[in-house]
Amino acid sequence: MSEHLLEVKDLSVSFATEDGTVRAVDDVSFGLERGKVLGIVGESGSGKSVTAMTLMGLTRGVNARFSGEILYKGTDLLKVSDNDLQSYRGQELGMIFQDPMTSLNPVYRIGEQIVEAIQAHEKVGKAEARARTIELLHQVGIPNPESRVDDFPHQFSGGMRQRAMIAMALSCNPAILIADEPTTALDVTIQAQIVELISRLKDEFQSSVIFITHDLGVIAEIADEILVMYAGRVVEQGTKRDIFYEPQMPYTWGLLGSIPRLDRPRADRLHTIKGMPPSLINPPEGCKFRPRCPHAFEKCAEEPALESRVEDPGHLDRCWLTVDYKRSHRDETISPGTEAA
Amino acid sequence: MSDAPLIEVRHVKKYFPVREGILQREVAHVHAVDDVSFVVREGETLGLVGESGCGKSTLARTILRLYEPTAGEILFRGEHIEKLGRRRMRPLRREMQMVFQDPYASLNPRKRVGTIVSDPLRIHGIGDRAERKKQVGALLETVGLSPEHYNRFPHEFSGGQRQRIGLARALALRPKLIIADEPVSALDVSIQSQMLNLLEDLQNEFQLTYIFVAHDLGVVRHVSDRIAVMYLGKLVELSPAEELYSRPIMPYTEALLSAVPIPDPDLAEKRARIVLEGDVPSPINPPSGCRFHPRCRYATEICSQVEPPLVDYGNSHFAACHHPLNVDAAAPATAGAPAQKD
Amino acid sequence: MGAFVLRRTVGMVLVLIAVSFITYLIFIKIPGGDPAARLAGRTATPANIESIRIKLGLNHSFIVQWFDMVKSLLSGTLISYYNGGTNVVGQIEQGLPATFSLCLGAGVIWLFFGILVGTISAAAAGRFSDRAITALALIGISLPVAWLGLVLLYLFADGGLTSAFAYGGYYPITQNPWEWATHLILPWITLAVLFIGFYGRVLRSNILDTINEDFVRTAKAKGLSPRRIMVKHVLRASLIPIVTLFGLDFAAVLGGGAIITETVYSLQGVGFYAYQSIQAQDLPALMGVTLYGAAFIVVFSVIVDVAYAYLDPRIRLA
Repeated sequence: MSEHLLEVKDLSVSFATEDGTVRAVDDVSFGLERGKVLGIVGESGSGKSVTAMTLMGLTRGVNARFSGEILYKGTDLLKVSDNDLQSYRGQELGMIFQDPMTSLNPVYRIGEQIVEAIQAHEKVGKAEARARTIELLHQVGIPNPESRVDDFPHQFSGGMRQRAMIAMALSCNPAILIADEPTTALDVTIQAQIVELISRLKDEFQSSVIFITHDLGVIAEIADEILVMYAGRVVEQGTKRDIFYEPQMPYTWGLLGSIPRLDRPRADRLHTIKGMPPSLINPPEGCKFRPRCPHAFEKCAEEPALESRVEDPGHLDRCWLTVDYKRSHRDETISPGTEAA
Repeated sequence: MSDAPLIEVRHVKKYFPVREGILQREVAHVHAVDDVSFVVREGETLGLVGESGCGKSTLARTILRLYEPTAGEILFRGEHIEKLGRRRMRPLRREMQMVFQDPYASLNPRKRVGTIVSDPLRIHGIGDRAERKKQVGALLETVGLSPEHYNRFPHEFSGGQRQRIGLARALALRPKLIIADEPVSALDVSIQSQMLNLLEDLQNEFQLTYIFVAHDLGVVRHVSDRIAVMYLGKLVELSPAEELYSRPIMPYTEALLSAVPIPDPDLAEKRARIVLEGDVPSPINPPSGCRFHPRCRYATEICSQVEPPLVDYGNSHFAACHHPLNVDAAAPATAGAPAQKD
Repeated sequence: MGAFVLRRTVGMVLVLIAVSFITYLIFIKIPGGDPAARLAGRTATPANIESIRIKLGLNHSFIVQWFDMVKSLLSGTLISYYNGGTNVVGQIEQGLPATFSLCLGAGVIWLFFGILVGTISAAAAGRFSDRAITALALIGISLPVAWLGLVLLYLFADGGLTSAFAYGGYYPITQNPWEWATHLILPWITLAVLFIGFYGRVLRSNILDTINEDFVRTAKAKGLSPRRIMVKHVLRASLIPIVTLFGLDFAAVLGGGAIITETVYSLQGVGFYAYQSIQAQDLPALMGVTLYGAAFIVVFSVIVDVAYAYLDPRIRLA
């Protein structure tokens, strides 16, 4: 077992709001190895973004409560003070966000913003920082970096802005790059470019990547390990092959079945997961997916623990159904033409 | 599905002026839609696909005369509507409605749901208050909501539910045509499929014709009978849905299909990905000749000089390309805009 | 940029012409009696009135009168109806030092404290200090200027409770800077209080909006210090609307808009002259004062637009 660069143990994040306590992240655990890509998949309200932002300490505030541990190279980031956390952000963990237009300050030049990131952590002069910035822009595939370094964000296209953001996040060589839905706001051809870019850069910069998205297609391309999140919990966890070829959670089947796929004949009717994601203030008793699950039975009133129920100890799920039952029923959902029972 | 064209678009152009100087003179144009022609038959679903800046949303709005066309003709049931005055357009507006992309922005947050859905009825003077309320209740049920939601405000609903409200509003006047501008792009995958199934059910129940604008090729394939691919204001390929995916003719379509990620790791690894270089050029100064030529792997000299015409490659599959893919040299090719073929 | 300035200058001139015309129109429509009759006095005969009329040029057509008035204003020869025919432009010039001293000082004070108050209350948002500042700001905005002026005079001026400052009047800076300042402190405070409250509220709201922007989140994710984030990212974006506001408010008071303050403190500035002209229904003077004020606003609005373009590159290059 290789050493885990990042080890998250029983992380819970909740926010006090007017309507009650929102349990955004509930008992989440995972590990990230060097050089690997961890994909976190989920829909709105699944807790994937909150998890990512909590790693960087961006969710800290008067109304936030945390429990559990985030062990980065042995140090628990949850216990690190706000002041000390600054030296981790950008330098050890870099992050890029969904909308590159609003994520860059519109009144400063792109080069200035990257130089600022570099100088925040390293004692280098302006000239050297600028030279590094130009080199970074070149590495992320921006043409004519020497002149474009002085452009403003609105002068860049969406894809180029995202590349600039990636350059900025990698500028201090962080060990982990966290990408929160980096391609969701981009056109599909640009999306392909960015995914390829991240794949290439992770090797060049020797970074590990946490890639958050709701797009299972993108995850299939880039992730090594995958976490499926629902209602703040991890409901399934495993390698790429585990999740796509032997999924154990009916929710995962539902996700896979709901996507109209280009590699298969057209389905008459799309599979749907009926109902809506649950409230995070008053989550349902027992298995959180139970109200929407066509296979629910009596045992589901008790919430399943996240554990491995198959031969592969790395493949975890939260479902009481037997492995045989799953094997025989999941194709109804995932394969085209048939609706789930 | 009848053969009669419900909507006919002939050489429609929509340019937006770019103004500069003291007198705010027009110095250039954004060629948002540049000579597009096609036909939509009654009862069918035409998918309109392309990336940002291709003009699909502008085209959709121009068909409804939310923008005035710069040139070209639009026919609804054989009647020219591109120049109709407001009064003559009014009864026609009942027949053509639109559903928008952003469920958070397309509903007036200060109005109650019931008001939002009944407004079209009220504006066109249909029924009295009580009757309208009843109709709204029925509409809400049709889209999967409850008549009790009449008095609620949009912010009390989720994205998917708001989209249903938008749909109810569009259906209120029993239109023949609904133009859906990226109706599911902002929704989660599991809600998206609910919405797509609902759209299909409604089409059957109310004999609707759809123009479905989207950038997600998987979604478009699922809902469409025919698909039109746009690039930088031009229609570059028009084909029956299945054939577009099995036999793309225009290299842009090929690249677009290749860029769509497939949720299957083995397949994803094996397939040959064509990753396009660079960004979509500006619609103010589109490239000469074939607009795709700067990014096309197969481009030759003629591509930068002559704009390829839209040619029929059989089976109502049209494409505009000097080096069409997946086509036998001997295949019959007839030039001409699709509108005239019908 | 050149085209932009040229276009705005042309617009400026047109606006001023329109302002002068409308002022004139309003004045002649207001019932106030014939200026000639008033000047002539009670025991005047119709013939007297008529001769005064001719002298003042009131017998010409409406348009000709307006045109003449504007012409003489521009050439500096416009004469008041009353006050023994004083030169309007001259009167305005005399009022400039007082008005400028008042407005520049007050402007600096209100800008500085407005920003300070806004930043502090935003940083303490939700807590007690924020609520306290908000209450004070609202009180400041609601205090009638005249009332505040009188209260301050009562409390702090000669002959009042504490005779800390002079009882109004303007003291030229060239004669004695110290006296100049002490005469102006109370007027400065009076004029500034209203604006400090207002600007503080606006800035607080801008800052709180900006803090939630995505680019501030990115700045945090880069590992920048809170101070740097606040100054370089948050404030920079939040201050842009303040610049616009300040430009126009400052132009307004500089253009003779601080009428009440000048009157309460007997600062014989342009605002005070405006007050007098209104009282006397002195059209030429009113015309002069109005155009003077309008000119300031129009010029400053161009300056503000240029500044805005400088501060927000999206506008600049669009």
